[in-house]
Amino acid sequence: MSVLLETQGLTKRFGGLTAVNGVSLTVRRGEVLGLLGPNGSGKTTLMNLISGALKSSEGALLINGKDMTGSAPHRIAKAGVARTFQLVKILPSLTLEENVMVPAAFGPEGLWGRALKVQVAECLDMVGLTSRAGQQASELTYIDQKRLELARALASAPKLLLLDEWLAGLNPTELHEGIRLIRELEQTGITIIMVEHIMDAVRALCPRCAVMNSGTLIADGPTVEVLSDPHVVAAYLGEEDA
Amino acid sequence: MRYLLAIPALAALAALPMVFGDYGTGLLVGLAGYVTLVTSWAMFSGPTRYISLATVAFFGVGAYTVAVLNEVLPYPLVLLCAAGIGATMALLVGLSTLRLAGIYFVIFSFGLAELVRQLITWFEVNVTGTLGRYIFLDLEAKHIYWQLLALGAATLVLSAWIRRSRLGLALRVIGDDETVAAHSGINLARTKLVLFVVSATIITLVGAIQAPRWVYVEPSIVFNPTVSFLTVIMALLGGATRLWGPLCGAVPLFLLFEWLSARFPDHFSILLGLMFMAVVYALPDGVLAAIEKVRHRGNGTSATKPAKEASA
Ligand SMILES: Nc1ncnc2c1ncn2[C@@H]1O[C@H](COP(=O)(O)OP(=O)(O)OP(=O)(O)O)[C@@H](O)[C@H]1O
Ligand SMILES: [Mg+2]
Repeated sequence: MSVLLETQGLTKRFGGLTAVNGVSLTVRRGEVLGLLGPNGSGKTTLMNLISGALKSSEGALLINGKDMTGSAPHRIAKAGVARTFQLVKILPSLTLEENVMVPAAFGPEGLWGRALKVQVAECLDMVGLTSRAGQQASELTYIDQKRLELARALASAPKLLLLDEWLAGLNPTELHEGIRLIRELEQTGITIIMVEHIMDAVRALCPRCAVMNSGTLIADGPTVEVLSDPHVVAAYLGEEDA
Repeated sequence: MRYLLAIPALAALAALPMVFGDYGTGLLVGLAGYVTLVTSWAMFSGPTRYISLATVAFFGVGAYTVAVLNEVLPYPLVLLCAAGIGATMALLVGLSTLRLAGIYFVIFSFGLAELVRQLITWFEVNVTGTLGRYIFLDLEAKHIYWQLLALGAATLVLSAWIRRSRLGLALRVIGDDETVAAHSGINLARTKLVLFVVSATIITLVGAIQAPRWVYVEPSIVFNPTVSFLTVIMALLGGATRLWGPLCGAVPLFLLFEWLSARFPDHFSILLGLMFMAVVYALPDGVLAAIEKVRHRGNGTSATKPAKEASA
Protein backbone atom coordinates (compact mmCIF):
# COMPACT_ATOMS: atom_id res chain seq x y z
CA MET A 1 0.00 0.00 0.00
CA SER A 2 1.26 3.46 -0.84
CA VAL A 3 1.85 6.18 1.73
CA LEU A 4 -0.90 8.79 1.94
CA LEU A 5 0.23 10.92 4.86
CA GLU A 6 3.65 11.51 6.29
CA THR A 7 4.59 13.87 9.08
CA GLN A 8 8.28 14.45 9.73
CA GLY A 9 9.20 15.78 13.16
CA LEU A 10 6.06 17.91 13.29
CA THR A 11 6.28 20.37 16.19
CA LYS A 12 3.91 23.04 17.48
CA ARG A 13 4.74 25.50 20.22
CA PHE A 14 2.28 27.85 21.89
CA GLY A 15 4.57 30.34 23.61
CA GLY A 16 6.52 28.25 26.10
CA LEU A 17 4.31 25.17 25.76
CA THR A 18 5.21 22.51 23.21
CA ALA A 19 1.85 20.95 22.41
CA VAL A 20 3.20 18.67 19.67
CA ASN A 21 6.82 17.67 19.85
CA GLY A 22 8.62 16.12 16.89
CA VAL A 23 5.87 13.75 15.77
CA SER A 24 6.79 11.52 12.82
CA LEU A 25 3.95 9.40 11.57
CA THR A 26 3.32 7.48 8.34
CA VAL A 27 -0.18 6.48 7.28
CA ARG A 28 -0.81 4.25 4.30
CA ARG A 29 -3.83 4.28 2.02
CA GLY A 30 -6.77 2.41 3.49
CA GLU A 31 -5.39 2.33 7.02
CA VAL A 32 -7.53 3.20 10.03
CA LEU A 33 -5.33 4.66 12.75
CA GLY A 34 -6.50 5.29 16.30
CA LEU A 35 -4.83 8.27 17.99
CA LEU A 36 -4.84 7.97 21.77
CA GLY A 37 -3.45 9.89 24.68
CA PRO A 38 -4.45 11.53 27.95
CA ASN A 39 -6.19 14.91 28.01
CA GLY A 40 -3.98 17.72 26.79
CA SER A 41 -1.45 15.38 25.19
CA GLY A 42 -1.66 17.19 21.84
CA LYS A 43 -3.98 14.99 19.77
CA THR A 44 -6.25 17.80 18.58
CA THR A 45 -3.25 20.01 17.92
CA LEU A 46 -1.75 17.29 15.72
CA MET A 47 -5.05 17.03 13.81
CA ASN A 48 -5.02 20.81 13.42
CA LEU A 49 -1.50 20.63 11.99
CA ILE A 50 -2.47 17.93 9.51
CA SER A 51 -5.60 19.78 8.36
CA GLY A 52 -3.82 23.13 8.12
CA ALA A 53 -5.83 24.85 10.87
CA LEU A 54 -2.48 25.50 12.55
CA LYS A 55 0.92 26.03 10.99
CA SER A 56 3.72 23.92 12.44
CA SER A 57 6.65 25.56 14.22
CA GLU A 58 8.98 22.87 12.83
CA GLY A 59 8.81 19.73 10.75
CA ALA A 60 7.22 18.77 7.45
CA LEU A 61 3.83 17.55 6.27
CA LEU A 62 3.52 15.39 3.15
CA ILE A 63 0.15 14.49 1.70
CA ASN A 64 0.09 12.05 -1.17
CA GLY A 65 3.83 12.55 -1.55
CA LYS A 66 3.43 16.31 -1.93
CA ASP A 67 5.01 18.73 0.53
CA MET A 68 2.13 20.68 2.07
CA THR A 69 3.97 22.14 5.06
CA GLY A 70 2.39 25.47 6.02
CA SER A 71 -0.39 25.19 3.42
CA ALA A 72 -3.69 26.97 4.06
CA PRO A 73 -6.57 24.73 5.20
CA HIS A 74 -8.50 25.14 1.93
CA ARG A 75 -5.53 23.80 -0.01
CA ILE A 76 -5.25 20.79 2.25
CA ALA A 77 -8.99 20.23 1.92
CA LYS A 78 -8.60 20.37 -1.86
CA ALA A 79 -5.81 17.81 -1.59
CA GLY A 80 -8.38 15.38 -0.16
CA VAL A 81 -8.28 15.81 3.62
CA ALA A 82 -11.61 16.21 5.46
CA ARG A 83 -12.23 16.53 9.17
CA THR A 84 -14.75 16.76 11.97
CA PHE A 85 -14.22 18.90 15.06
CA GLN A 86 -13.94 17.90 18.69
CA LEU A 87 -16.51 20.60 19.47
CA VAL A 88 -19.00 19.83 16.72
CA LYS A 89 -19.24 22.58 14.10
CA ILE A 90 -22.23 22.83 11.82
CA LEU A 91 -23.39 25.71 9.64
CA PRO A 92 -26.45 26.73 11.65
CA SER A 93 -28.23 29.02 9.20
CA LEU A 94 -27.90 26.61 6.29
CA THR A 95 -30.12 23.60 5.64
CA LEU A 96 -28.75 20.09 6.11
CA GLU A 97 -28.58 19.73 2.36
CA GLU A 98 -26.61 22.96 2.01
CA ASN A 99 -24.27 21.97 4.84
CA VAL A 100 -23.33 18.81 2.99
CA MET A 101 -23.16 20.61 -0.34
CA VAL A 102 -20.28 22.84 0.75
CA PRO A 103 -17.28 20.46 0.67
CA ALA A 104 -18.70 18.67 -2.37
CA ALA A 105 -18.80 21.98 -4.22
CA PHE A 106 -15.52 23.45 -2.99
CA GLY A 107 -13.46 20.36 -2.20
CA PRO A 108 -11.30 18.27 -4.53
CA GLU A 109 -14.20 17.27 -6.77
CA GLY A 110 -15.74 20.72 -7.22
CA LEU A 111 -19.18 19.38 -8.06
CA TRP A 112 -22.12 21.55 -9.14
CA GLY A 113 -25.55 20.95 -10.57
CA ARG A 114 -26.83 17.39 -10.87
CA ALA A 115 -23.68 15.61 -9.75
CA LEU A 116 -23.69 17.73 -6.60
CA LYS A 117 -27.31 16.80 -5.80
CA VAL A 118 -26.56 13.10 -6.20
CA GLN A 119 -23.49 13.28 -3.97
CA VAL A 120 -25.34 15.23 -1.26
CA ALA A 121 -28.24 12.78 -1.28
CA GLU A 122 -25.84 9.85 -0.97
CA CYS A 123 -24.02 11.34 2.02
CA LEU A 124 -27.20 12.31 3.85
CA ASP A 125 -28.54 8.82 3.24
CA MET A 126 -25.39 7.25 4.63
CA VAL A 127 -25.92 8.91 8.03
CA GLY A 128 -29.72 8.52 7.93
CA LEU A 129 -30.65 12.20 7.64
CA THR A 130 -32.37 12.11 4.25
CA SER A 131 -35.82 12.87 5.60
CA ARG A 132 -34.59 16.11 7.17
CA ALA A 133 -32.58 17.42 4.21
CA GLY A 134 -34.48 20.70 3.96
CA GLN A 135 -34.39 21.55 7.66
CA GLN A 136 -32.17 24.21 9.13
CA ALA A 137 -29.10 22.69 10.80
CA SER A 138 -29.60 24.72 13.98
CA GLU A 139 -32.68 22.64 14.75
CA LEU A 140 -30.75 19.38 15.10
CA THR A 141 -30.09 17.50 18.33
CA TYR A 142 -26.48 16.91 19.36
CA ILE A 143 -26.27 13.39 17.89
CA ASP A 144 -27.81 14.54 14.64
CA GLN A 145 -25.35 17.42 14.48
CA LYS A 146 -22.57 14.86 14.77
CA ARG A 147 -24.13 12.81 11.99
CA LEU A 148 -24.41 15.90 9.83
CA GLU A 149 -20.77 16.76 10.48
CA LEU A 150 -19.75 13.30 9.33
CA ALA A 151 -21.93 13.52 6.22
CA ARG A 152 -20.35 16.89 5.44
CA ALA A 153 -16.84 15.50 5.85
CA LEU A 154 -17.67 12.61 3.53
CA ALA A 155 -19.23 14.84 0.88
CA SER A 156 -15.84 15.87 -0.49
CA ALA A 157 -15.06 12.17 -1.13
CA PRO A 158 -11.89 12.59 0.94
CA LYS A 159 -8.80 10.43 0.70
CA LEU A 160 -8.04 11.04 4.37
CA LEU A 161 -10.69 11.53 7.04
CA LEU A 162 -9.75 13.03 10.40
CA LEU A 163 -12.23 12.29 13.20
CA ASP A 164 -11.65 14.11 16.50
CA GLU A 165 -13.58 12.22 19.18
CA TRP A 166 -16.52 11.81 16.86
CA LEU A 167 -17.94 9.12 19.13
CA ALA A 168 -17.71 11.17 22.32
CA GLY A 169 -20.90 12.15 24.10
CA LEU A 170 -23.08 9.46 22.56
CA ASN A 171 -25.29 7.16 24.63
CA PRO A 172 -24.71 3.38 24.38
CA THR A 173 -27.24 2.85 21.56
CA GLU A 174 -25.92 5.81 19.60
CA LEU A 175 -22.37 4.63 20.20
CA HIS A 176 -23.21 1.24 18.79
CA GLU A 177 -24.77 2.90 15.77
CA GLY A 178 -21.74 5.20 15.39
CA ILE A 179 -19.30 2.30 15.43
CA ARG A 180 -21.35 0.50 12.80
CA LEU A 181 -21.30 3.63 10.63
CA ILE A 182 -17.51 3.99 10.80
CA ARG A 183 -17.06 0.30 10.09
CA GLU A 184 -19.18 0.74 6.96
CA LEU A 185 -16.90 3.58 5.95
CA GLU A 186 -13.83 1.43 6.44
CA GLN A 187 -15.26 -0.98 3.93
CA THR A 188 -15.11 1.71 1.25
CA GLY A 189 -11.32 1.80 1.58
CA ILE A 190 -11.08 5.34 2.94
CA THR A 191 -8.10 6.25 5.14
CA ILE A 192 -9.02 7.41 8.65
CA ILE A 193 -7.20 8.89 11.61
CA MET A 194 -9.49 8.90 14.63
CA VAL A 195 -8.79 10.46 17.99
CA GLU A 196 -10.66 8.37 20.51
CA HIS A 197 -10.91 7.91 24.26
CA ILE A 198 -13.37 5.03 24.13
CA MET A 199 -11.18 1.91 24.18
CA ASP A 200 -13.91 -0.47 23.04
CA ALA A 201 -14.36 1.64 19.93
CA VAL A 202 -10.61 1.71 19.31
CA ARG A 203 -10.38 -2.06 19.66
CA ALA A 204 -13.35 -2.55 17.36
CA LEU A 205 -12.34 -0.11 14.64
CA CYS A 206 -8.60 0.49 14.58
CA PRO A 207 -6.13 -2.25 13.62
CA ARG A 208 -3.34 0.22 14.36
CA CYS A 209 -2.86 2.72 17.16
CA ALA A 210 -0.58 5.63 18.00
CA VAL A 211 -0.33 7.09 21.49
CA MET A 212 0.71 10.61 22.44
CA ASN A 213 1.82 11.87 25.82
CA SER A 214 2.78 15.50 26.52
CA GLY A 215 3.10 16.18 22.80
CA THR A 216 5.37 13.21 22.02
CA LEU A 217 4.53 9.99 20.25
CA ILE A 218 5.21 7.23 22.78
CA ALA A 219 3.84 4.22 20.91
CA ASP A 220 2.76 3.24 17.39
CA GLY A 221 1.82 -0.24 16.21
CA PRO A 222 -0.84 -2.95 16.19
CA THR A 223 -3.60 -2.01 18.65
CA VAL A 224 -3.37 -5.14 20.80
CA GLU A 225 0.36 -4.66 21.35
CA VAL A 226 0.16 -0.91 21.91
CA LEU A 227 -2.58 -1.19 24.53
CA SER A 228 -0.55 -3.64 26.59
CA ASP A 229 2.67 -1.61 26.29
CA PRO A 230 3.80 -0.67 29.84
CA HIS A 231 4.65 2.91 28.74
CA VAL A 232 1.14 3.38 27.44
CA VAL A 233 -0.43 1.89 30.54
CA ALA A 234 1.70 4.20 32.69
CA ALA A 235 0.69 7.25 30.64
CA TYR A 236 -2.94 6.37 31.07
CA LEU A 237 -2.67 5.52 34.79
CA GLY A 238 -5.33 7.46 36.62
CA GLU A 239 -7.19 8.18 33.39
CA GLU A 240 -10.83 7.25 33.81
CA ASP A 241 -11.36 5.73 30.38
CA ALA A 242 -8.32 3.45 30.40
CA MET B 1 -42.14 35.18 -15.77
CA ARG B 2 -40.84 37.45 -13.02
CA TYR B 3 -38.07 38.68 -15.29
CA LEU B 4 -40.64 39.80 -17.84
CA LEU B 5 -42.44 41.80 -15.15
CA ALA B 6 -39.20 43.67 -14.52
CA ILE B 7 -39.33 45.32 -17.94
CA PRO B 8 -42.57 47.31 -17.49
CA ALA B 9 -41.53 48.07 -13.90
CA LEU B 10 -38.25 49.56 -15.09
CA ALA B 11 -40.02 51.46 -17.85
CA ALA B 12 -42.44 52.93 -15.31
CA LEU B 13 -39.57 53.94 -13.03
CA ALA B 14 -37.75 55.50 -15.97
CA ALA B 15 -40.85 57.56 -16.83
CA LEU B 16 -41.13 59.06 -13.34
CA PRO B 17 -39.11 62.23 -14.12
CA MET B 18 -41.79 63.15 -16.69
CA VAL B 19 -44.40 63.04 -13.94
CA PHE B 20 -42.49 64.77 -11.17
CA GLY B 21 -41.05 68.26 -11.39
CA ASP B 22 -37.44 69.27 -10.81
CA TYR B 23 -37.65 68.76 -7.07
CA GLY B 24 -39.15 65.31 -7.48
CA THR B 25 -36.50 64.30 -9.99
CA GLY B 26 -33.82 65.49 -7.58
CA LEU B 27 -35.32 63.19 -4.95
CA LEU B 28 -35.36 60.33 -7.43
CA VAL B 29 -31.63 60.79 -8.06
CA GLY B 30 -30.95 60.56 -4.34
CA LEU B 31 -33.23 57.57 -3.97
CA ALA B 32 -31.77 55.62 -6.87
CA GLY B 33 -28.29 56.51 -5.60
CA TYR B 34 -28.92 55.16 -2.11
CA VAL B 35 -30.77 52.06 -3.27
CA THR B 36 -27.74 51.20 -5.41
CA LEU B 37 -25.24 52.08 -2.67
CA VAL B 38 -27.04 49.97 -0.10
CA THR B 39 -27.59 47.01 -2.43
CA SER B 40 -23.93 46.92 -3.39
CA TRP B 41 -22.85 47.44 0.22
CA ALA B 42 -24.99 44.48 1.29
CA MET B 43 -23.54 42.34 -1.47
CA PHE B 44 -20.32 42.15 0.53
CA SER B 45 -21.27 43.06 4.09
CA GLY B 46 -24.53 41.07 4.27
CA PRO B 47 -23.19 37.55 3.96
CA THR B 48 -19.70 38.16 5.38
CA ARG B 49 -20.94 40.33 8.28
CA TYR B 50 -18.04 42.70 7.85
CA ILE B 51 -19.54 46.11 8.60
CA SER B 52 -17.82 48.48 6.20
CA LEU B 53 -17.79 52.22 6.85
CA ALA B 54 -15.67 52.78 3.75
CA THR B 55 -18.67 53.51 1.52
CA VAL B 56 -17.91 57.20 1.23
CA ALA B 57 -14.23 56.54 0.58
CA PHE B 58 -15.17 54.86 -2.71
CA PHE B 59 -18.16 57.09 -3.40
CA GLY B 60 -15.95 60.17 -2.94
CA VAL B 61 -13.17 58.78 -5.11
CA GLY B 62 -15.75 58.21 -7.85
CA ALA B 63 -17.02 61.77 -7.60
CA TYR B 64 -13.52 63.21 -7.46
CA THR B 65 -12.39 61.27 -10.50
CA VAL B 66 -15.19 62.92 -12.47
CA ALA B 67 -14.23 66.33 -11.08
CA VAL B 68 -10.64 65.86 -12.21
CA LEU B 69 -11.24 64.23 -15.58
CA ASN B 70 -14.52 65.74 -16.81
CA GLU B 71 -12.80 68.28 -19.04
CA VAL B 72 -10.08 65.93 -20.23
CA LEU B 73 -11.86 62.77 -21.36
CA PRO B 74 -15.22 61.88 -22.91
CA TYR B 75 -17.84 61.03 -20.29
CA PRO B 76 -18.00 57.23 -20.82
CA LEU B 77 -14.23 57.04 -20.46
CA VAL B 78 -14.42 59.11 -17.28
CA LEU B 79 -16.82 56.56 -15.80
CA LEU B 80 -14.57 53.73 -16.90
CA CYS B 81 -11.58 55.41 -15.23
CA ALA B 82 -13.59 55.89 -12.04
CA ALA B 83 -14.54 52.20 -12.00
CA GLY B 84 -10.91 51.23 -12.61
CA ILE B 85 -9.60 53.46 -9.83
CA GLY B 86 -12.29 52.22 -7.42
CA ALA B 87 -11.52 48.59 -8.21
CA THR B 88 -7.78 49.09 -7.81
CA MET B 89 -8.22 50.88 -4.51
CA ALA B 90 -10.57 48.13 -3.28
CA LEU B 91 -8.06 45.49 -4.29
CA LEU B 92 -5.27 47.14 -2.31
CA VAL B 93 -7.48 47.86 0.70
CA GLY B 94 -8.97 44.37 0.60
CA LEU B 95 -5.59 42.65 0.39
CA SER B 96 -4.38 44.52 3.43
CA THR B 97 -7.51 44.48 5.62
CA LEU B 98 -9.72 41.49 4.94
CA ARG B 99 -7.62 39.38 7.27
CA LEU B 100 -8.58 41.68 10.12
CA ALA B 101 -11.23 40.55 12.57
CA GLY B 102 -14.64 42.24 12.34
CA ILE B 103 -14.19 45.09 14.79
CA TYR B 104 -10.78 46.14 13.48
CA PHE B 105 -12.17 46.13 9.97
CA VAL B 106 -14.96 48.53 10.99
CA ILE B 107 -12.47 50.97 12.45
CA PHE B 108 -10.09 50.69 9.54
CA SER B 109 -12.85 51.16 6.99
CA PHE B 110 -13.96 54.32 8.79
CA GLY B 111 -10.39 55.62 8.88
CA LEU B 112 -9.94 54.89 5.19
CA ALA B 113 -12.47 57.55 4.12
CA GLU B 114 -10.74 60.14 6.28
CA LEU B 115 -7.32 59.09 5.00
CA VAL B 116 -8.35 59.37 1.36
CA ARG B 117 -9.92 62.76 2.00
CA GLN B 118 -6.77 64.08 3.70
CA LEU B 119 -4.55 62.71 0.94
CA ILE B 120 -6.58 64.38 -1.78
CA THR B 121 -6.73 67.65 0.15
CA TRP B 122 -2.97 67.58 0.68
CA PHE B 123 -2.37 66.79 -2.98
CA GLU B 124 -4.67 69.53 -4.22
CA VAL B 125 -3.21 72.17 -1.91
CA ASN B 126 0.46 71.28 -2.31
CA VAL B 127 0.74 69.92 -5.82
CA THR B 128 -2.04 71.30 -8.00
CA GLY B 129 -2.59 74.39 -5.87
CA THR B 130 -6.37 74.24 -6.16
CA LEU B 131 -8.89 73.15 -3.58
CA GLY B 132 -12.25 72.76 -5.23
CA ARG B 133 -13.08 71.91 -8.81
CA TYR B 134 -15.97 72.51 -11.17
CA ILE B 135 -17.82 69.87 -13.12
CA PHE B 136 -19.17 71.13 -16.42
CA LEU B 137 -21.11 68.26 -17.90
CA ASP B 138 -24.23 68.69 -19.93
CA LEU B 139 -26.26 66.28 -17.79
CA GLU B 140 -29.68 67.04 -16.36
CA ALA B 141 -31.07 65.45 -13.21
CA LYS B 142 -33.13 62.99 -15.23
CA HIS B 143 -30.07 61.81 -17.16
CA ILE B 144 -28.31 61.13 -13.91
CA TYR B 145 -31.40 59.37 -12.58
CA TRP B 146 -31.55 57.10 -15.64
CA GLN B 147 -27.93 56.13 -15.27
CA LEU B 148 -28.43 55.34 -11.58
CA LEU B 149 -31.58 53.39 -12.36
CA ALA B 150 -29.68 51.27 -14.87
CA LEU B 151 -26.78 50.75 -12.45
CA GLY B 152 -29.22 49.92 -9.63
CA ALA B 153 -31.07 47.37 -11.75
CA ALA B 154 -27.79 45.81 -12.87
CA THR B 155 -26.66 45.62 -9.24
CA LEU B 156 -29.84 43.82 -8.21
CA VAL B 157 -29.50 41.36 -11.10
CA LEU B 158 -25.86 40.73 -10.20
CA SER B 159 -26.80 40.29 -6.56
CA ALA B 160 -29.51 37.77 -7.44
CA TRP B 161 -27.12 35.91 -9.69
CA ILE B 162 -24.39 35.73 -7.03
CA ARG B 163 -26.90 34.26 -4.57
CA ARG B 164 -27.49 31.28 -6.83
CA SER B 165 -23.87 30.84 -7.75
CA ARG B 166 -21.04 28.99 -6.07
CA LEU B 167 -19.73 32.35 -4.86
CA GLY B 168 -22.98 33.05 -3.03
CA LEU B 169 -22.88 29.71 -1.24
CA ALA B 170 -19.24 30.32 -0.27
CA LEU B 171 -20.17 33.70 1.20
CA ARG B 172 -23.00 32.30 3.29
CA VAL B 173 -20.68 29.63 4.64
CA ILE B 174 -18.08 32.26 5.52
CA GLY B 175 -20.77 34.24 7.33
CA ASP B 176 -21.71 31.18 9.38
CA ASP B 177 -18.31 29.74 10.26
CA GLU B 178 -14.98 30.65 8.69
CA THR B 179 -13.23 27.56 10.08
CA VAL B 180 -15.70 25.20 8.46
CA ALA B 181 -15.50 27.23 5.25
CA ALA B 182 -11.71 26.92 5.08
CA HIS B 183 -11.72 23.20 5.88
CA SER B 184 -14.31 22.66 3.17
CA GLY B 185 -11.98 24.02 0.53
CA ILE B 186 -13.17 27.64 0.36
CA ASN B 187 -10.42 30.17 -0.22
CA LEU B 188 -11.46 32.72 2.40
CA ALA B 189 -9.18 35.54 1.36
CA ARG B 190 -9.97 35.33 -2.34
CA THR B 191 -13.74 34.99 -1.89
CA LYS B 192 -13.95 38.03 0.36
CA LEU B 193 -11.65 40.01 -1.90
CA VAL B 194 -13.69 39.35 -5.05
CA LEU B 195 -16.91 40.50 -3.41
CA PHE B 196 -15.28 43.51 -1.79
CA VAL B 197 -13.88 44.68 -5.12
CA VAL B 198 -17.19 44.18 -6.96
CA SER B 199 -19.13 45.99 -4.25
CA ALA B 200 -16.65 48.86 -4.01
CA THR B 201 -16.53 49.32 -7.79
CA ILE B 202 -20.30 49.80 -7.92
CA ILE B 203 -20.12 52.24 -5.01
CA THR B 204 -17.42 54.20 -6.84
CA LEU B 205 -19.61 54.35 -9.93
CA VAL B 206 -22.53 55.73 -7.91
CA GLY B 207 -20.28 58.55 -6.73
CA ALA B 208 -19.06 59.18 -10.26
CA ILE B 209 -22.55 59.28 -11.75
CA GLN B 210 -23.90 61.55 -9.03
CA ALA B 211 -20.97 63.99 -9.16
CA PRO B 212 -22.37 66.31 -11.86
CA ARG B 213 -25.23 67.17 -9.47
CA TRP B 214 -22.80 69.16 -7.34
CA VAL B 215 -21.22 71.33 -10.05
CA TYR B 216 -18.68 72.51 -7.44
CA VAL B 217 -16.74 69.73 -5.72
CA GLU B 218 -14.21 69.69 -2.89
CA PRO B 219 -13.08 66.90 -0.57
CA SER B 220 -15.21 67.94 2.41
CA ILE B 221 -18.33 67.76 0.21
CA VAL B 222 -17.81 64.39 -1.44
CA PHE B 223 -16.23 62.61 1.54
CA ASN B 224 -19.10 63.26 3.93
CA PRO B 225 -19.12 60.39 6.48
CA THR B 226 -22.92 60.61 6.75
CA VAL B 227 -23.11 58.69 3.46
CA SER B 228 -21.35 55.69 5.04
CA PHE B 229 -23.54 55.73 8.14
CA LEU B 230 -26.77 56.14 6.20
CA THR B 231 -25.84 53.20 4.01
CA VAL B 232 -25.32 50.97 7.05
CA ILE B 233 -28.57 52.01 8.75
CA MET B 234 -30.56 51.50 5.57
CA ALA B 235 -29.07 48.06 5.01
CA LEU B 236 -29.67 47.00 8.61
CA LEU B 237 -33.23 48.30 8.55
CA GLY B 238 -34.11 46.39 5.40
CA GLY B 239 -32.01 43.34 6.19
CA ALA B 240 -28.56 43.02 4.64
CA THR B 241 -28.75 39.31 3.87
CA ARG B 242 -31.82 39.54 1.66
CA LEU B 243 -31.98 40.47 -1.99
CA TRP B 244 -34.72 43.10 -1.57
CA GLY B 245 -33.75 44.09 1.96
CA PRO B 246 -31.49 47.01 0.99
CA LEU B 247 -34.20 48.48 -1.22
CA CYS B 248 -36.82 48.12 1.53
CA GLY B 249 -34.51 49.93 3.95
CA ALA B 250 -33.22 52.61 1.59
CA VAL B 251 -36.51 53.98 0.25
CA PRO B 252 -38.32 54.86 3.50
CA LEU B 253 -35.17 56.01 5.32
CA PHE B 254 -34.02 58.20 2.45
CA LEU B 255 -37.37 59.98 2.37
CA LEU B 256 -37.39 60.28 6.14
CA PHE B 257 -33.88 61.73 6.24
CA GLU B 258 -34.69 64.09 3.42
CA TRP B 259 -37.61 65.41 5.45
CA LEU B 260 -35.65 65.51 8.72
CA SER B 261 -32.71 67.38 7.25
CA ALA B 262 -35.05 70.02 5.81
CA ARG B 263 -37.10 70.26 8.99
CA PHE B 264 -34.37 69.98 11.66
CA PRO B 265 -31.11 70.88 9.90
CA ASP B 266 -29.29 71.57 13.20
CA HIS B 267 -30.21 68.34 14.92
CA PHE B 268 -29.78 66.03 11.99
CA SER B 269 -26.71 64.18 13.34
CA ILE B 270 -28.39 63.49 16.66
CA LEU B 271 -31.49 62.17 14.96
CA LEU B 272 -29.29 60.02 12.75
CA GLY B 273 -27.56 58.53 15.79
CA LEU B 274 -30.84 57.83 17.57
CA MET B 275 -32.22 56.19 14.47
CA PHE B 276 -29.13 54.01 14.23
CA MET B 277 -29.57 52.76 17.78
CA ALA B 278 -33.29 52.21 17.31
CA VAL B 279 -32.75 50.10 14.19
CA VAL B 280 -30.00 47.96 15.72
CA TYR B 281 -31.98 47.47 18.92
CA ALA B 282 -35.46 46.89 17.57
CA LEU B 283 -34.80 45.19 14.25
CA PRO B 284 -31.43 43.48 14.39
CA ASP B 285 -32.21 41.45 11.26
CA GLY B 286 -34.20 44.01 9.38
CA VAL B 287 -37.86 44.59 8.65
CA LEU B 288 -38.23 41.71 6.21
CA ALA B 289 -37.10 39.20 8.84
CA ALA B 290 -39.33 40.84 11.43
CA ILE B 291 -42.37 40.67 9.14
CA GLU B 292 -41.65 37.01 8.46
CA LYS B 293 -41.41 36.35 12.17
CA VAL B 294 -44.76 38.00 12.88
CA ARG B 295 -46.34 36.02 10.02
CA HIS B 296 -44.95 32.76 11.39
CA ARG B 297 -46.37 33.55 14.78
CA GLY B 298 -49.71 34.40 13.22
CA ASN B 299 -49.84 31.07 11.43
CA GLY B 300 -48.84 29.25 14.57
CA THR B 301 -45.95 27.57 12.78
CA SER B 302 -43.57 27.88 15.68
CA ALA B 303 -41.72 24.74 14.63
CA THR B 304 -39.74 26.60 11.97
CA LYS B 305 -37.61 29.05 13.82
CA PRO B 306 -37.27 32.60 12.54
CA ALA B 307 -34.04 33.54 10.89
CA LYS B 308 -32.76 35.49 13.86
CA GLU B 309 -32.36 32.58 16.24
CA ALA B 310 -30.99 30.44 13.50
CA SER B 311 -28.13 32.79 12.76
CA ALA B 312 -27.36 33.50 16.42
N1 LIG C 1 -4.55 27.59 20.49
C1 LIG C 1 -3.86 27.23 21.59
N2 LIG C 1 -3.16 28.15 22.29
C2 LIG C 1 -2.46 27.79 23.38
N3 LIG C 1 -2.40 26.56 23.87
C3 LIG C 1 -3.09 25.59 23.23
C4 LIG C 1 -3.86 25.89 22.05
N4 LIG C 1 -4.42 24.73 21.63
C5 LIG C 1 -4.04 23.77 22.49
N5 LIG C 1 -3.23 24.28 23.46
C6 LIG C 1 -2.60 23.51 24.52
O1 LIG C 1 -1.88 22.46 23.93
C7 LIG C 1 -1.99 21.28 24.71
C8 LIG C 1 -2.52 20.16 23.86
O2 LIG C 1 -3.87 20.42 23.59
P1 LIG C 1 -4.76 19.49 22.66
O3 LIG C 1 -6.08 20.15 22.53
O4 LIG C 1 -4.03 19.20 21.42
O5 LIG C 1 -4.88 18.17 23.54
P2 LIG C 1 -5.76 16.87 23.29
O6 LIG C 1 -4.84 15.74 23.32
O7 LIG C 1 -6.61 17.04 22.10
O8 LIG C 1 -6.66 16.87 24.60
P3 LIG C 1 -8.18 16.37 24.81
O9 LIG C 1 -8.11 14.90 24.96
O10 LIG C 1 -8.58 17.04 26.07
O11 LIG C 1 -8.95 16.81 23.64
C9 LIG C 1 -2.86 21.62 25.90
O12 LIG C 1 -2.05 21.91 27.00
C10 LIG C 1 -3.59 22.85 25.45
O13 LIG C 1 -3.90 23.68 26.54
MG1 LIG D 1 -8.62 17.11 21.71
